Amino acid sequence: MSGQLTPLAAVFNLNHPAHVVNWNFVHVPISNVILVIVMFIVFFAAILLPFPGAQVRKEHRS
Amino acid sequence: MSAEPAGKPITEAELDHSWTVKLRRKAVEELPPEKMLPDGQPTYVANWIYVFGVLSIAALVTLILTGMILALKGPSWWHLTSIGHFFNSVHLWAVEIFFFVMVIHLWGKYWMAAWRGGRIRVWVTGAIIFVVAIPTALTGYVSQQNFDAQWISTQAKDGLNAVGVGAFFNTMNFGQMYSWHILLLPVAVSALVAGHILLVRRNGVVPPIPLKEQVQEVPAKAQPAATTTATGAAS
Repeated sequence: MSGQLTPLAAVFNLNHPAHVVNWNFVHVPISNVILVIVMFIVFFAAILLPFPGAQVRKEHRS
Repeated sequence: MSAEPAGKPITEAELDHSWTVKLRRKAVEELPPEKMLPDGQPTYVANWIYVFGVLSIAALVTLILTGMILALKGPSWWHLTSIGHFFNSVHLWAVEIFFFVMVIHLWGKYWMAAWRGGRIRVWVTGAIIFVVAIPTALTGYVSQQNFDAQWISTQAKDGLNAVGVGAFFNTMNFGQMYSWHILLLPVAVSALVAGHILLVRRNGVVPPIPLKEQVQEVPAKAQPAATTTATGAAS
Protein backbone atom coordinates (compact mmCIF):
# COMPACT_ATOMS: atom_id res chain seq x y z
CA MET A 1 0.00 0.00 0.00
CA SER A 2 2.77 2.41 0.96
CA GLY A 3 4.57 1.48 -2.31
CA GLN A 4 1.53 2.56 -4.33
CA LEU A 5 1.38 5.89 -2.52
CA THR A 6 5.11 6.66 -2.82
CA PRO A 7 4.73 8.74 -6.05
CA LEU A 8 2.37 11.02 -4.09
CA ALA A 9 5.01 11.79 -1.48
CA ALA A 10 6.21 14.91 -3.30
CA VAL A 11 5.00 16.98 -6.24
CA PHE A 12 8.58 17.37 -7.46
CA ASN A 13 11.23 14.67 -7.73
CA LEU A 14 13.48 15.15 -4.70
CA ASN A 15 15.66 12.10 -5.29
CA HIS A 16 18.79 14.01 -6.28
CA PRO A 17 21.34 16.31 -4.61
CA ALA A 18 20.09 19.87 -4.08
CA HIS A 19 20.48 22.40 -6.90
CA VAL A 20 22.34 25.38 -5.49
CA VAL A 21 22.85 28.95 -6.69
CA ASN A 22 26.56 29.77 -6.29
CA TRP A 23 27.36 33.46 -6.30
CA ASN A 24 30.76 34.33 -4.85
CA PHE A 25 30.62 33.22 -1.20
CA VAL A 26 26.82 32.99 -1.31
CA HIS A 27 25.41 29.47 -1.80
CA VAL A 28 21.61 29.23 -1.71
CA PRO A 29 19.51 26.17 -2.62
CA ILE A 30 17.09 26.82 -5.50
CA SER A 31 14.17 25.85 -3.25
CA ASN A 32 15.13 28.64 -0.82
CA VAL A 33 15.49 31.14 -3.67
CA ILE A 34 11.98 30.23 -4.86
CA LEU A 35 10.68 30.58 -1.28
CA VAL A 36 12.17 34.06 -0.92
CA ILE A 37 10.68 35.09 -4.30
CA VAL A 38 7.24 33.84 -3.14
CA MET A 39 7.66 35.83 0.09
CA PHE A 40 8.40 38.99 -1.92
CA ILE A 41 5.30 38.36 -4.07
CA VAL A 42 3.11 37.90 -0.97
CA PHE A 43 4.65 41.00 0.66
CA PHE A 44 3.93 43.28 -2.30
CA ALA A 45 0.51 41.71 -2.85
CA ALA A 46 -0.34 42.46 0.80
CA ILE A 47 0.60 46.11 0.26
CA LEU A 48 -1.11 46.56 -3.10
CA LEU A 49 -4.27 44.42 -2.96
CA PRO A 50 -7.38 46.13 -1.61
CA PHE A 51 -8.57 44.93 1.80
CA PRO A 52 -12.24 43.83 1.81
CA GLY A 53 -14.40 46.74 2.91
CA ALA A 54 -11.51 49.23 3.26
CA GLN A 55 -13.03 51.67 0.76
CA VAL A 56 -16.41 51.58 2.49
CA ARG A 57 -14.73 52.31 5.83
CA LYS A 58 -12.79 55.25 4.34
CA GLU A 59 -15.95 56.75 2.81
CA HIS A 60 -17.85 56.18 6.06
CA ARG A 61 -15.10 58.03 7.94
CA SER A 62 -14.94 61.06 5.59
CA MET B 1 -22.86 32.86 60.46
CA SER B 2 -21.72 36.11 58.84
CA ALA B 3 -20.06 36.56 55.44
CA GLU B 4 -18.21 39.65 56.74
CA PRO B 5 -14.72 39.05 58.17
CA ALA B 6 -14.25 39.83 61.86
CA GLY B 7 -12.27 42.85 63.07
CA LYS B 8 -11.83 46.44 61.85
CA PRO B 9 -12.48 47.35 58.20
CA ILE B 10 -9.37 47.85 56.07
CA THR B 11 -8.37 51.50 55.79
CA GLU B 12 -7.26 53.33 52.63
CA ALA B 13 -3.73 53.69 54.05
CA GLU B 14 -3.50 49.93 54.59
CA LEU B 15 -4.68 49.34 51.03
CA ASP B 16 -1.88 51.60 49.77
CA HIS B 17 0.63 49.18 51.29
CA SER B 18 -0.91 46.05 49.78
CA TRP B 19 1.27 44.69 46.95
CA THR B 20 -1.73 43.22 45.16
CA VAL B 21 -3.53 46.58 45.20
CA LYS B 22 -0.38 48.40 44.06
CA LEU B 23 0.14 45.88 41.26
CA ARG B 24 -3.50 46.12 40.14
CA ARG B 25 -3.45 49.92 40.13
CA LYS B 26 -0.20 49.96 38.15
CA ALA B 27 -1.56 47.41 35.64
CA VAL B 28 -4.79 49.35 35.10
CA GLU B 29 -2.85 52.61 34.79
CA GLU B 30 -0.47 51.13 32.19
CA LEU B 31 -3.08 49.17 30.27
CA PRO B 32 -6.68 50.23 30.98
CA PRO B 33 -9.38 47.69 29.97
CA GLU B 34 -10.54 49.82 27.01
CA LYS B 35 -6.99 49.67 25.60
CA MET B 36 -6.46 46.02 26.50
CA LEU B 37 -9.65 44.92 24.72
CA PRO B 38 -10.66 47.87 22.49
CA ASP B 39 -13.95 48.23 20.60
CA GLY B 40 -12.19 48.74 17.26
CA GLN B 41 -8.98 49.61 15.46
CA PRO B 42 -8.01 52.70 13.41
CA THR B 43 -9.16 52.63 9.78
CA TYR B 44 -5.57 52.35 8.46
CA VAL B 45 -5.48 48.84 9.92
CA ALA B 46 -7.82 47.76 7.10
CA ASN B 47 -4.86 46.63 4.97
CA TRP B 48 -3.48 43.15 4.31
CA ILE B 49 0.00 44.05 5.59
CA TYR B 50 -1.46 44.44 9.10
CA VAL B 51 -2.77 40.86 9.04
CA PHE B 52 0.62 39.11 9.23
CA GLY B 53 1.11 39.67 12.95
CA VAL B 54 -2.07 37.84 13.85
CA LEU B 55 -1.25 35.13 11.26
CA SER B 56 2.03 34.58 13.13
CA ILE B 57 0.09 34.17 16.37
CA ALA B 58 -2.31 31.72 14.71
CA ALA B 59 0.63 29.65 13.44
CA LEU B 60 2.21 29.74 16.92
CA VAL B 61 -1.01 28.53 18.56
CA THR B 62 -1.18 25.67 16.01
CA LEU B 63 2.45 24.83 16.76
CA ILE B 64 1.86 24.71 20.51
CA LEU B 65 -1.31 22.59 20.25
CA THR B 66 0.18 20.05 17.81
CA GLY B 67 3.45 20.08 19.77
CA MET B 68 1.58 19.18 22.97
CA ILE B 69 -0.01 16.21 21.24
CA LEU B 70 3.34 15.07 19.75
CA ALA B 71 5.03 15.40 23.16
CA LEU B 72 2.31 13.32 24.81
CA LYS B 73 2.45 10.52 22.23
CA GLY B 74 6.20 10.30 21.52
CA PRO B 75 8.52 9.51 18.56
CA SER B 76 7.20 6.00 17.80
CA TRP B 77 3.69 7.40 17.40
CA TRP B 78 4.66 10.32 15.16
CA HIS B 79 6.85 8.07 12.95
CA LEU B 80 4.80 4.88 12.71
CA THR B 81 1.08 5.78 12.73
CA SER B 82 -1.02 7.62 10.15
CA ILE B 83 -2.50 10.01 12.70
CA GLY B 84 1.01 10.58 14.06
CA HIS B 85 2.24 11.46 10.56
CA PHE B 86 -0.67 13.87 10.25
CA PHE B 87 0.13 15.77 13.46
CA ASN B 88 3.85 15.66 12.67
CA SER B 89 3.14 17.21 9.25
CA VAL B 90 0.81 19.87 10.68
CA HIS B 91 3.53 20.76 13.22
CA LEU B 92 6.14 21.01 10.43
CA TRP B 93 4.00 23.11 8.09
CA ALA B 94 2.88 25.34 10.98
CA VAL B 95 6.52 26.24 11.66
CA GLU B 96 7.12 26.86 7.94
CA ILE B 97 4.09 29.18 7.87
CA PHE B 98 5.10 30.76 11.20
CA PHE B 99 8.47 31.87 9.82
CA PHE B 100 7.00 32.80 6.42
CA VAL B 101 4.40 35.18 7.86
CA MET B 102 6.65 36.39 10.69
CA VAL B 103 9.31 37.53 8.20
CA ILE B 104 6.69 39.33 6.06
CA HIS B 105 5.38 40.92 9.31
CA LEU B 106 8.98 41.99 10.06
CA TRP B 107 9.45 43.47 6.56
CA GLY B 108 6.14 45.34 6.84
CA LYS B 109 7.04 46.80 10.23
CA TYR B 110 10.60 47.64 9.15
CA TRP B 111 9.49 49.65 6.13
CA MET B 112 6.76 51.25 8.27
CA ALA B 113 9.43 52.24 10.86
CA ALA B 114 7.25 50.61 13.50
CA TRP B 115 9.44 51.89 16.35
CA ARG B 116 8.00 55.40 15.85
CA GLY B 117 5.84 57.08 18.48
CA GLY B 118 7.40 55.46 21.55
CA ARG B 119 7.07 51.92 20.18
CA ILE B 120 10.74 50.96 20.50
CA ARG B 121 9.96 48.20 23.04
CA VAL B 122 7.38 46.72 20.64
CA TRP B 123 10.04 46.59 17.91
CA VAL B 124 12.73 45.18 20.22
CA THR B 125 10.51 42.43 21.67
CA GLY B 126 9.54 41.47 18.10
CA ALA B 127 13.21 41.24 17.10
CA ILE B 128 14.00 39.12 20.18
CA ILE B 129 11.08 36.78 19.40
CA PHE B 130 12.55 36.24 15.93
CA VAL B 131 15.99 35.47 17.36
CA VAL B 132 14.61 33.07 20.01
CA ALA B 133 12.32 31.36 17.46
CA ILE B 134 15.32 30.25 15.37
CA PRO B 135 16.85 27.90 18.01
CA THR B 136 13.31 26.77 18.88
CA ALA B 137 12.92 25.53 15.31
CA LEU B 138 16.46 24.13 15.14
CA THR B 139 16.01 22.07 18.33
CA GLY B 140 12.77 20.75 16.80
CA TYR B 141 14.51 19.65 13.60
CA VAL B 142 17.18 17.79 15.60
CA SER B 143 14.53 16.14 17.83
CA GLN B 144 12.75 14.33 15.00
CA GLN B 145 14.52 11.00 15.69
CA ASN B 146 15.29 10.25 12.03
CA PHE B 147 18.16 10.55 9.52
CA ASP B 148 17.20 14.15 8.77
CA ALA B 149 17.68 15.00 12.46
CA GLN B 150 21.06 13.22 12.52
CA TRP B 151 22.28 15.14 9.47
CA ILE B 152 21.10 18.53 10.81
CA SER B 153 22.52 17.88 14.30
CA THR B 154 25.99 17.01 12.97
CA GLN B 155 26.01 20.12 10.75
CA ALA B 156 24.71 22.34 13.56
CA LYS B 157 27.27 20.86 15.99
CA ASP B 158 30.12 22.14 13.81
CA GLY B 159 28.52 25.58 13.63
CA LEU B 160 27.98 25.83 17.40
CA ASN B 161 31.49 24.55 18.12
CA ALA B 162 32.89 27.12 15.70
CA VAL B 163 31.29 30.00 17.62
CA GLY B 164 32.48 28.57 20.96
CA VAL B 165 29.21 27.47 22.60
CA GLY B 166 29.56 23.74 21.93
CA ALA B 167 30.17 23.06 25.64
CA PHE B 168 26.70 24.39 26.50
CA PHE B 169 24.63 23.15 23.55
CA ASN B 170 25.18 19.63 22.23
CA THR B 171 22.89 19.21 19.23
CA MET B 172 23.68 15.46 19.14
CA ASN B 173 22.23 15.02 22.65
CA PHE B 174 18.56 14.20 21.98
CA GLY B 175 17.49 14.64 25.62
CA GLN B 176 19.04 18.09 25.89
CA MET B 177 17.66 19.28 22.54
CA TYR B 178 14.20 17.86 23.28
CA SER B 179 14.10 19.66 26.65
CA TRP B 180 15.04 22.95 25.01
CA HIS B 181 12.48 22.37 22.26
CA ILE B 182 9.41 21.35 24.25
CA LEU B 183 9.88 23.43 27.41
CA LEU B 184 12.46 26.19 27.74
CA LEU B 185 12.33 27.82 24.30
CA PRO B 186 8.53 27.56 23.74
CA VAL B 187 7.95 29.13 27.17
CA ALA B 188 10.35 31.95 26.24
CA VAL B 189 8.71 32.52 22.83
CA SER B 190 5.18 32.42 24.32
CA ALA B 191 6.10 34.86 27.13
CA LEU B 192 7.77 37.23 24.67
CA VAL B 193 4.79 37.07 22.29
CA ALA B 194 2.43 37.82 25.22
CA GLY B 195 4.58 40.83 26.18
CA HIS B 196 4.75 41.94 22.53
CA ILE B 197 0.95 41.85 22.20
CA LEU B 198 0.44 43.74 25.48
CA LEU B 199 2.88 46.42 24.28
CA VAL B 200 0.99 46.68 20.97
CA ARG B 201 -2.25 47.12 22.92
CA ARG B 202 -0.64 49.73 25.17
CA ASN B 203 0.94 51.79 22.37
CA GLY B 204 -1.62 51.17 19.63
CA VAL B 205 -1.00 49.75 16.16
CA VAL B 206 1.64 51.82 14.35
CA PRO B 207 0.12 54.10 11.69
CA PRO B 208 1.54 54.17 8.15
CA ILE B 209 4.25 56.77 7.44
CA PRO B 210 2.32 59.89 6.41
CA LEU B 211 2.82 61.56 3.03
CA LYS B 212 4.95 64.76 3.14
CA GLU B 213 1.91 67.02 2.96
CA GLN B 214 0.28 65.12 5.86
CA VAL B 215 3.27 65.20 8.23
CA GLN B 216 1.95 68.22 10.12
CA GLU B 217 -1.54 66.74 10.40
CA VAL B 218 -0.80 63.16 11.59
CA PRO B 219 2.00 62.80 14.14
CA ALA B 220 3.18 59.20 14.63
CA LYS B 221 1.93 58.95 18.20
CA ALA B 222 -1.59 60.14 17.41
CA GLN B 223 -4.31 57.55 17.09
CA PRO B 224 -7.14 58.50 14.72
CA ALA B 225 -10.44 59.08 16.45
CA ALA B 226 -12.40 56.91 14.03
CA THR B 227 -12.12 53.24 14.93
CA THR B 228 -14.31 51.36 12.54
CA THR B 229 -12.20 48.28 11.86
CA ALA B 230 -13.00 45.05 13.64
CA THR B 231 -10.78 44.44 16.65
CA GLY B 232 -8.18 41.71 16.94
CA ALA B 233 -7.09 41.28 13.34
CA ALA B 234 -3.97 43.37 13.54
CA SER B 235 -0.69 43.79 15.29
